[in-house]
Amino acid sequence: MLTVYPQTKTYFSHWSDLSIGSGPVKAHGKKVMGGVADAVASIDDLTGGLQAKSELHAFKLRVDPANFKTLSHCINVVIANMFPKDFTPEAHVSFDKFLACVSLALSDKYR
Amino acid sequence: MVEWTDFERDTIQDIFSKIDYDTVGPAALARCLVVYPWCQRYFGNFGNLYNAAAIKSNPMVAKHGTTILHGLDRAVKNMDDIKNTYAELSVLHSEKLHVDPDNFKLLTDCLTIVVAGQMGKDFTGEVQAAFQKFLAVVVSSLGRQYH
Repeated sequence: MLTVYPQTKTYFSHWSDLSIGSGPVKAHGKKVMGGVADAVASIDDLTGGLQAKSELHAFKLRVDPANFKTLSHCINVVIANMFPKDFTPEAHVSFDKFLACVSLALSDKYR
Repeated sequence: MVEWTDFERDTIQDIFSKIDYDTVGPAALARCLVVYPWCQRYFGNFGNLYNAAAIKSNPMVAKHGTTILHGLDRAVKNMDDIKNTYAELSVLHSEKLHVDPDNFKLLTDCLTIVVAGQMGKDFTGEVQAAFQKFLAVVVSSLGRQYH
């Protein structure tokens, strides 16, 4: 995401190294995917399950919600790259739908 | 005029020389019709698109997918003037086919995902950036003649 959509780097100006594979990028990527995993556990009530994270992104991080779509696309690309046989069109549509719902839940507290 | 680095030029030529058009084209279009079902509105005469299995085995989808990918060849060969290369196709998509230009991006996202699945570890972040920049220029050129 940081490489393909350089405008997203603006949120991480406090990191020393934004290159692929750098320490901060790897650690934060792991953290974000952990958040997505938490969302999987709350799949039947994403708005409730993600309320705290939504407040974080809305009031503290102030991330423009358009970027959730950008990151979702990059997650899809990486998963397709790592699991080419399993990421069928059916799996892709299910996962993309899920990420769209997560993005919506994450935007819930913005206004 | 779009500025291309040597890495970007080499990457685009490399990708298009490696992919199998008859696999990637159909896969990308089929994936687009499954993941973004509203795109099916433009393919009313393609027959059975009722479910993913039908879409993936539909011969008209396959043929059209290959056609679209070969259409990208023109841009690959004319990277310094993609805008004019696609002027006529842009008019076609606007005046005759009436395709919402937002759909171009959906198709290129699916194409990126199909190519990512094919290229394995060669599909680095830098390669993806070059590929998506190229596709963004194509998408922009195709939308240019709309009014």
